[in-house]
Amino acid sequence: MNQGFHIAVCGSLVPDPLQTLEPIAGPQGPALKNEMMLPAVLDPWASHALYEAAHLARQDGESRIWLVSIGPRARLQQLMMSIAQKAVFELVACDGPAGGFTDAAEVARVLADTVAAIPELDPQRLLLFGGCASASRDAGATLQMTGERLGITEQFLNVDELTVQEGVLRIKERIEGGRYLVSACDGPPAVVGWATGMLPEPPNNPQIGMQNMRSIMPALQRAKSVTLEAPELTFESVTVPQQRRDTRIVKDTPTDEIAAELVQWLREDS
Amino acid sequence: MTNSDSQTAPVLQTLPGDEVRQIMWRFAERFDLQMAVQSARGVARGPVARLVAAGERNNHEWTEAKNELLAAFDAAGLTAAFMEPELGGFIAGPKNLAVALIAFELGWVDGGAATCSLAGNLALSPIHERGTDEQRTAYMSRCVPSPANSDGPQRGAFCLTEPLPYVGVDTGVLGGKIRVAAWEDGQEPVLQVEKRGRFITNMDFASFVVAAVDADDDRIKGSCMVILEETDPGTYDRGAPTQKLVHQLSSTCDPVFNLEVPANRIVGGYDIVDGVIVPRFSHGQVIEAVFQRTRVTVGAMSAAKLLSAVEPIIRYQRTRFRGGDSTPGTPRHDLGLQMKEDSLQRLVDVWATGEAAASLVFAAARLFDRYDPLEEQKNQTLTAQGIRGARAQFRTLRKMQTRALEYLELIESAGHGADDERLSALEGDPLIQFLVQDSLAQVLCPACKLWNTGYGANMMREAVSLMGGYGVTEDCPGFLPQKWVDAQLEATYEGPEAVQRRQLSITMTNALFLAQFRGWIRELSAMPNGPAMGAGTLAAAMELWDWSLQYLQGTLDADGHKLYRDQRHGVTFPMTDALCWLLASHQMVLDVTELSNKGEQHPVVASGLPGTLQFMRDLCHVQAARAAGEVGRICAELVYGYEGQAAEGSRYGATPDESFDRLRLHLDRSLAGSRLAKDRAATALSRVMIPEALDYPA
Repeated sequence: MNQGFHIAVCGSLVPDPLQTLEPIAGPQGPALKNEMMLPAVLDPWASHALYEAAHLARQDGESRIWLVSIGPRARLQQLMMSIAQKAVFELVACDGPAGGFTDAAEVARVLADTVAAIPELDPQRLLLFGGCASASRDAGATLQMTGERLGITEQFLNVDELTVQEGVLRIKERIEGGRYLVSACDGPPAVVGWATGMLPEPPNNPQIGMQNMRSIMPALQRAKSVTLEAPELTFESVTVPQQRRDTRIVKDTPTDEIAAELVQWLREDS
Repeated sequence: MTNSDSQTAPVLQTLPGDEVRQIMWRFAERFDLQMAVQSARGVARGPVARLVAAGERNNHEWTEAKNELLAAFDAAGLTAAFMEPELGGFIAGPKNLAVALIAFELGWVDGGAATCSLAGNLALSPIHERGTDEQRTAYMSRCVPSPANSDGPQRGAFCLTEPLPYVGVDTGVLGGKIRVAAWEDGQEPVLQVEKRGRFITNMDFASFVVAAVDADDDRIKGSCMVILEETDPGTYDRGAPTQKLVHQLSSTCDPVFNLEVPANRIVGGYDIVDGVIVPRFSHGQVIEAVFQRTRVTVGAMSAAKLLSAVEPIIRYQRTRFRGGDSTPGTPRHDLGLQMKEDSLQRLVDVWATGEAAASLVFAAARLFDRYDPLEEQKNQTLTAQGIRGARAQFRTLRKMQTRALEYLELIESAGHGADDERLSALEGDPLIQFLVQDSLAQVLCPACKLWNTGYGANMMREAVSLMGGYGVTEDCPGFLPQKWVDAQLEATYEGPEAVQRRQLSITMTNALFLAQFRGWIRELSAMPNGPAMGAGTLAAAMELWDWSLQYLQGTLDADGHKLYRDQRHGVTFPMTDALCWLLASHQMVLDVTELSNKGEQHPVVASGLPGTLQFMRDLCHVQAARAAGEVGRICAELVYGYEGQAAEGSRYGATPDESFDRLRLHLDRSLAGSRLAKDRAATALSRVMIPEALDYPA
């Protein structure tokens, strides 16, 4: 009998992609200039995970969603003013740094501890969702490590689609060559690291937002303070990726030729 | 820059974010409003911006693409924002600030889209403000996007094209008429309504219309507003699209109606007195209640235009010479036009105007949020006392004016030996509270409509000019040329500038308003951070205005006519303009003071607070100086320009005594430091970090 999934979506805020990101040396190591004041959005990969979770939960009507976020409390609160309007979820907030200069293993430790401590969460029904990468701390490993710490061995990364057929999860993962690997998983617990998914961004709906805010505001008040310490981690240099734009318009170029040119360009660049 | 302050003062680090605005505009504790803002922003910078960028403004027809906006408004909760929670809305209590914030967000991208969203509210407003309970429940619930309305929400249009209060414009052939078509004993009368509208918003898709009509039948008294439905028997002709050059994302037509409707469609209902149908509210009473609130939202759109221009102009200025021969790292490459003081200082003026306009309009919106329940209490109290009808209410309230003045005096002296018991008694009197708030509402509402849209349009021209030739092209970032022409419409609809000046010229002489105005002068003079914000300059300008008003009211012109009188627009109207400058600047000072008081407690705001505050105070100072300059010029022209003579009993002589000269000199001297503030603000503009690109397509 399907009693629904318990979906924990891991994701936090990142600076709005349009903002100017300028690394600076701060007292605690590298940081972004004016980071606290830059408008923030929910990490785009985590957003896909949240929307897919909401879609999945709507189908059976019995699933529950928790959004597990590490970030400065005040900034999380502001983020919720838009995110809370897009899907029904419960927030589990940790008051800590959300910047990109943190150790993925430390983040995974805090996330795993936080997920494990959610009182009503049934680990046997758990789907651990998140982005397969992150726009801020893009180690590409955080979700995997979080899953491992929770003892979840069924892990799917770069996922674009998850459907449920008679209790079996059918999962499409991106693999090389623009192709998908389709897997069948008997059921939860599982880790699902989302690529872009298939769903559009839901519109804001203040009525959903008002419903969510009844639990979100107390959750923010309860947010425990966390530190992400990694004394062995040092940064030798931090730079923003250089922009490069060489535009040519050439019609009817074979794909192999385009691929070869890209490979050559990457080799030159490295 | 030559002053050392410019080099050492904290500098604005980023453009003010949501958290700063929430504090300044006082909705930091209102999550419902913060969500409405995000929701409206998503629509504005998404579907609305894409329509404008795709050139959908370039035709007058209501196209399929434009029609999709309605669904976007519904999906984002903007349509329901005006409704009560029990009718499907999500904001409890008064909604003036909510609607103003939504208008601001939509107006940030396109004023027509904002109008399209708000016109539905305008149609519902007469029903909301003066309708019967049955009318309110029926029409408001039909307009909510909900599963109960399976065919989609209904949408309404507001059809006035009638004489407006305070103007006396006779639009003759366009006036609507109402007659009795059938009236059988014991039955609801059936009315024949003939109405031609002009420039009616939402007409392409409205399924009902709230129309102003005059009685053309001895069996109906006066005028009223009446609800017409698409399915009523007769003609419901939506009319041809208006050939607008502005606001093309709102539907506008010239409709024609000739319909039979039951008499229960009269807004607010009616009574039968001696065989005559007597509407409970004249059309004037209805629209006065409506426009009192809806004009505020128009002012919000114009304020948004000005503030939205800042980021694209900075980016344009900085990148002006890139891509040419300039070398990265050189001032020419990195700063572009921002090497030039003029470019920066003119942008400071645009920004300061936008800030003041926003401060004024949101102050007015918050005032109406306080005013709404007081008005309701006033109506209940007077009804309980058996006082019905507008005139009887007016007479009763007028008698209470002295007590309301006493209340204001007691507030001034509270804690300094004032009669606390008396103060408490007056504070608890809803009629006194209503009178006090009403005196402000009757000034702030027309003031924000007049100044934000009128002077705002002038400053939008300045903003466009700062974009050079780019400013008059379709691909100008931020849609600035479109916003410039749109501002002209905003200065016109819901009562053109003359209407607002006419109303202000009367309401600003209310003793209750003037008593509060004088209290503001005292507060400004005593502000701890006042000098940094130009509060002293503003106080000096307010004193000069106050003195000049009294002088003009007590002085005759060369022909022996009173200078300050009803139709002497050459005197009264400039004084209204001068007052608007003062009010906008005053509200800006209050908002920056709020940021100063509360910013430190907010972790996000606190991180950049010194620079943000320094910049905002400098903008305040710039705006106060600009306002003082306007007020000084206007008052000097009026006081000296007529070579007046003292009216009988006036305390003023034939020529202004030295009081005026003293106040004027004080005003001029109070400008000390205002240009240094402008220098600092300009420097900040050349250093502030902006995003890599605008967050909506252009």
